[in-house]
Formats: sequence, C-alpha cells, structure tokens
Amino acid sequence: MRDIAERMRVPRALYTAFPVGRSLGKPRDRTFQHNVLKAAFCLLEAPKGPILIEFPERISSDCTEPLLCALPPRMDISVHPAVDEAQALKAAYDRARRKTKRTSVGMQIVADEVPEALKKFLRIVEGTDWNMVGFSAASIYGTAHDIRSYYEEISCELAEGAIGSWATEEWFYDSTEAGQLILRARRTMREKNVAQSIWFGLAPAGRA
Amino acid sequence: MSIFGKDEVAMQKFSAGLPVPEFDVDSFNRPKALHLAKVAIVTTAALYRDGGDGFTLGDSDYHYETFSRAARDLKLGHHSVNFDRGGFAADINVVYPIDRLEELREEGAIGDVADTHYSFAGNQSATLSEIRLDSGPSCARDMIKENVDIVLLTGT
Repeated sequence: MRDIAERMRVPRALYTAFPVGRSLGKPRDRTFQHNVLKAAFCLLEAPKGPILIEFPERISSDCTEPLLCALPPRMDISVHPAVDEAQALKAAYDRARRKTKRTSVGMQIVADEVPEALKKFLRIVEGTDWNMVGFSAASIYGTAHDIRSYYEEISCELAEGAIGSWATEEWFYDSTEAGQLILRARRTMREKNVAQSIWFGLAPAGRA
Repeated sequence: MSIFGKDEVAMQKFSAGLPVPEFDVDSFNRPKALHLAKVAIVTTAALYRDGGDGFTLGDSDYHYETFSRAARDLKLGHHSVNFDRGGFAADINVVYPIDRLEELREEGAIGDVADTHYSFAGNQSATLSEIRLDSGPSCARDMIKENVDIVLLTGT
C-alpha cells in the first residue's frame, strides 16, 4: 500500500503492485524473486531518504490462468463423491507434505480427518441442523479452513505450470467435489436462516 | 459482491482512509555495505512453526514468533477466508524469501543470513502502539544482539 509507506515516511520502500499474500510476486519463480530482492537492496545505495521506488512489473489479481490440476476418478462409490475425492487425494497430500515439510492444515482438524469432516457438511446439505452434526460456531470455520488448505496444498503438488493469484481458491470451490459440497452446505444454512456469522466465513465473501 | 483481498480498488480505498501514525522525522540511516551485512527477515505473514503458539483467528495481538534460518516447517497464520493462501502453499519464499537470502549469501552478494527471523500478524490496532512501544523494540533488541545490519520487511 504505497500511500501508507509515504505517509509514514518509511525510510526505504519498494512498492510492488503484486496480489495480497505474494510479497515476492511469483511463487516458484526464483529469477523473479531475486529481481525483487535486488530492487529492494538497491534502495540501500540511496544517499538520502525517505525513498520509495516502484518495481517496474505489476501483477494483477484478476488475470490468472486457471489451475491445471486433474482430480482422481471415483474409487469408492459407496461414499459421497467429496468423501471419495478427499480419500483418493490423501497420497498427494502426504507427498506434498514430505516435500515441503510443512502444512497449514491443523487449525481445527488434521489431514486424516478431512473425509469425516466432509461427511458433516454432507449431513447439513441433507437437512440436519449444523449444530447437530458435531460442529460448534468456532470449529465449523476452522474445519472449512483446513479442508481448503488440504486441497490447496494438494493442488500445488499436482498442478502443472504457475500457481496464479487466487487460482487454488477458484479450483477448490469451482472444480472439486469438496468445495462444491461446502458451498452447498453454506447455502443450506443461509436458507435455513442460520446466523450469518456461522456460515458466511465458509467461503470467500463473493461466493454464492 | 467482490472478495476484498482480490479487489485492488477496494484495497486502495481502504488504505487511503486508514489512519496511520505520522512522524516528523524519518529514521533513514546508512548501513554497512551489503556484501558485508547480516540480513534478517521480519514478515507480517503471521508465520509460525508447527507446534508453536502461532496466531489464532482474528488474533491482533502484538506478539511475534521467531524461527531459525533452517526452519521451513512454517504455517501461515492468516486464517481469513478472504486471503489467498495459494502462493504460500506453493512456495514459502513468496512471503518469506529465506532460500533466496541463502543463495545471495552463497554468491557473496550479502554478508550473512541471520540465525533468527521474525513474524508478526499484520492485523494490528490502529495506533500500532503495542508494536511501537513493546514488541517492536523487543524484536529490534534481539536483532541488535545478533549483530543484524539490515532488515528485510515483507508484508502480506
């Protein structure tokens, strides 16, 4: 936020017009990241400040290519497609975690619990009240967060090409059975006049 | 309805109206040459180590987390549903460029990488008084003790 740096007289600032959450601009692009760092460190050579320089390349949030990430075929027709999908993707999650040595899953549940958590959202869609399936006001948000993180980390393992801004979020809610199930549960809760504070955060604000 | 984190115009409007502390003087100084300097990262990406205290939902307290230069088992503590976590999921360096710093050290472009790096949550009180009076100076003292010369601040 350029104007804030100017108003606060930050001694040295590199203004980067990159999407939120991407300070170095492009994930998995070592050259681009080094160019950003080089521009930042060049500020050290300025004889006086405050100094603010704009990085010459801009990245917009809304010009992202869709994520190219294949989903598994049905493996177990005895369970809901979202549960089947989450189970089938576990190996990819484990592989991603071994590779990166990190995960943001764990706000409410661990990866092994994702299929069971999806069953709770399924019960909401089928008509059971949200607070009768094992969720509390706090846990339902954290559970949706963890399911999305589980899928986003898998998508980064499986996807071909660059990971554009919001591409993993769009893939999750638009393309996966799990994302679609959470959106349906959210709509069901809204139609049943559940307090907005409970269902609103299950998906980004612009999602129907 | 747009997603706030995706709507550049909304974010610009928000930042333009955001009250910030104003300073009569700036703290500009001249550090030692980059190829001799020790560099630390301070990020507002709310990163924390697996198993650590971390940052909870809506957490706007002013504590900070520390991690060693070797640590990569980091979680992203920005839990907002309107935040794009895909970049971090793909590459930690997009918010915390620790591997890039190690490469610069190997090339001799920077003197050294600090042993300890720091993470705050970006959602702070409007006055920033806690960071200015408490955790900010504490964090700076830790870095001075480690002979850090240059701080790379990365926001999210």
